[in-house]
Amino acid sequence: MRGLSGEGISKTFPGGVRALADISFTVRSGEVLALLGPSGCGKSTLLRIVAGLERAEAGRLTLDGEPFDVLPPGRRDVGFVFQSYALYPHLTVEENLSLALRVRGLPQQEIEARVREVSELLGIAELLERRPRRLSGGQQQRVALGRALVRRPRLYLMDEPLSNLDALLREEMRGELKSLFRGLGATVLYVTHDQSEAMALADTVLVLRAGRAAQLAPPLELYARPADLFTATFVGSPRMTVWRGQRVGDAFEARGVRAALPEGLGGGEELYLGFRPEDVTLSMESHPEGWEAELELMEPLGDRALLTLRVGGERLRALAPPADRPPRTWARVPLDRRHWFDAATERRL
Amino acid sequence: MSMQRVGRAIAVAAILAWSLLPVLWQVLTALKPDAQVTSSPTVYVPSPPTLLHFEALFTRKPFGTYLLNSLLVSAAATALCLTVAAPAAWALVRLAPRNRDRVLLALLLVALFPPILLLFPLYEGVRALGWLNHPLGLVVPYAALALPLAVWIVESGLRQVPREIDEAARLDGVSALGRLVRFQLPLAAPSLATAAILAFIFCWNEFMLALTFMTRDARKTVTAGIASVGGSSIHEIPWGQLSAAVVVATAPLVALVLLFERHIASGLTRGAVKG
Repeated sequence: MRGLSGEGISKTFPGGVRALADISFTVRSGEVLALLGPSGCGKSTLLRIVAGLERAEAGRLTLDGEPFDVLPPGRRDVGFVFQSYALYPHLTVEENLSLALRVRGLPQQEIEARVREVSELLGIAELLERRPRRLSGGQQQRVALGRALVRRPRLYLMDEPLSNLDALLREEMRGELKSLFRGLGATVLYVTHDQSEAMALADTVLVLRAGRAAQLAPPLELYARPADLFTATFVGSPRMTVWRGQRVGDAFEARGVRAALPEGLGGGEELYLGFRPEDVTLSMESHPEGWEAELELMEPLGDRALLTLRVGGERLRALAPPADRPPRTWARVPLDRRHWFDAATERRL
Repeated sequence: MSMQRVGRAIAVAAILAWSLLPVLWQVLTALKPDAQVTSSPTVYVPSPPTLLHFEALFTRKPFGTYLLNSLLVSAAATALCLTVAAPAAWALVRLAPRNRDRVLLALLLVALFPPILLLFPLYEGVRALGWLNHPLGLVVPYAALALPLAVWIVESGLRQVPREIDEAARLDGVSALGRLVRFQLPLAAPSLATAAILAFIFCWNEFMLALTFMTRDARKTVTAGIASVGGSSIHEIPWGQLSAAVVVATAPLVALVLLFERHIASGLTRGAVKG
C-alpha cells in the first residue's frame, strides 16, 4: 500500500501526561486524513511525531512500506504548515519559499521556476520581495502553504492552518485547499478542532479524545453512524440532542419521555438516545412515534431557525423554517435516525 | 505648576547634579593651568583654559597607544566572549526550565565572586602561559569574566525567538549550527548588541588586571595608563594631567553609550514583559 501508516503510537510527556495511547491509522497515497478532536486530545502531538519533531515511545511509522520514523526530521521530506505559520521574519517571502530548496542544493533555475509556479498558484507572486511582517494574515497563511508546496513533498502535514483566519477567509481558504489537494493528488495529514473543516476536506477522519482513537471513518459515516457518544456530539452542527434514560420493559424512559426500543438492542439498563436537530420533523398533527413539545427558545440562523423545545422533562433541538414559531407542536424522529448508546461504555449499540 | 511636577523637577536636577558635577569638575580641571588647579580660593572656571595637559598626555606619555590597546583588547575580548556565550545561551534555551534556571543561577553566583580573589591565581596562570605584557593576558580573562552577564542577556533574547521558527528550519533541513547562526542569532540580534556593549564597557573600564598584567608602557590600556600618570616627585600629584587622562579615557565610552543607548535599554528590559 502506498501511503503513510502508523501503528500503536504512544507518547507520554514528562510529568506523566498521557498524550497518545496506542494510536493506529493509515493515510493512503493521494488521500486526506483529518485528525479531529478538542484541544489537548493529542492530534498536534501525533502530527509532530509524524514530522519527527517529537518522538513516540512506542509504535512504528512506515511510508510506502519503508520505515519512516528512523529518518531525522530534516530528511523526512514532509511539507509542514504550522498553525502560527512560523515564517522566517528576517527573510523575504521569496527567501522563505526557497530556503528548503537551497539547503537541498537544487540548481538556481529550478528553484526560481518552482517559486514562480507556487507563488502564482497561491496568488502571492507580487509579494515575493516583502517581509512577513508586511503581509496580512491571509497572505502569511498562503506563504506558509507555499513553503510546503514548493518542496513537492511526499506528505503534507498541516497543523490547524486555517484557525488563525477570520471566519469568512477561513471558508474561502477551505475551498481553495480542497481543490489544491485534489489538483496535486496530495497525501495530507490535517489537524483541526473544527468538525466542519474535517468533514469538508477529509477522505477519512480520525477522531481523537484524550489521546485515544474514538473512531476512524469517512466523514459521512462519522455523521451517520458515530461509534461513540463523544463522536456523535462532536461531529455535526448543530449539536445532537442526547437523552439519558432507563430501559423499562421494551421501552426507553427518560425524564417524562418515552420512546420505543428497537428490537434486539443490546446494552445495559441505562442508555443514551441521540438524534440530530435536522432529523426532527415538527407538525401540528399528533403522531404515535412523536412527542408533544413546547417551544422554549428560538435562535434564527438565517435560512432556518434552531428551536429548543421542551418534551416532558427533557429538551430537544430542532431545525425549522425561520418564521415558524409554533408554541405547541409534535416532534418526531424517524426510527432510522435515532442513535443509541450504552450509558456505561458510551459506545454505539 | 503642580507640587508633584516641582518635586519631580527638583529630584531630577539633584540626580543630574550628583552624577554630572564630578564629571564637569574633571573636565574643568583638565583645562586649568597648573597654578589654578590647587589655588585658594578655589578657581572654578579656568581662565584662560589650556590644552597643555592634553598635549602632555600624548607627547610625554603614549596615551594614543593606551587608547589603541584598550580598543583592541576590549573588542577582542567582547568578540571572544560572545562567540562562546551565544552557543551556550542556545543550549540553555533548549534545556528544561528547571535545569536551565539552575545553570543560570550558578552563572550568577560565579559572577558575584569577588574578582580580587582571582587576582593571584590568574596572575600565576597568565605568567605560566607567557601572556604577561601580551594582549591575550587580558583578552581571555576579560572574556571569561564577562561571560555570565553575556550568557544571561543572550539567553533571554534567544528565549524570545518562537520555537516554531527553529522547528520550521529543522524541517527545511538546516543543520543545528546553521539554525543558530542563520535564524536564532539574527532574530535575537538586539540582545546580542546589548551583551556586546555591556561586555565592551566592562573590558574598557577594567583596572585591576590591566594594572597587574601589563607593566610595559607599550601594552598598557587606558585604565593602567591613568594610574601611570605621575608627577616629578611622590608628593606632587599632577591633577591637571590626571584629569585630562580621565577625560580622554572616558570620552570614547560615553560616545559609545550615547550612540547605542536605545539598544542597551531595550536589551535589558527585553524579556521582562512578554509581547
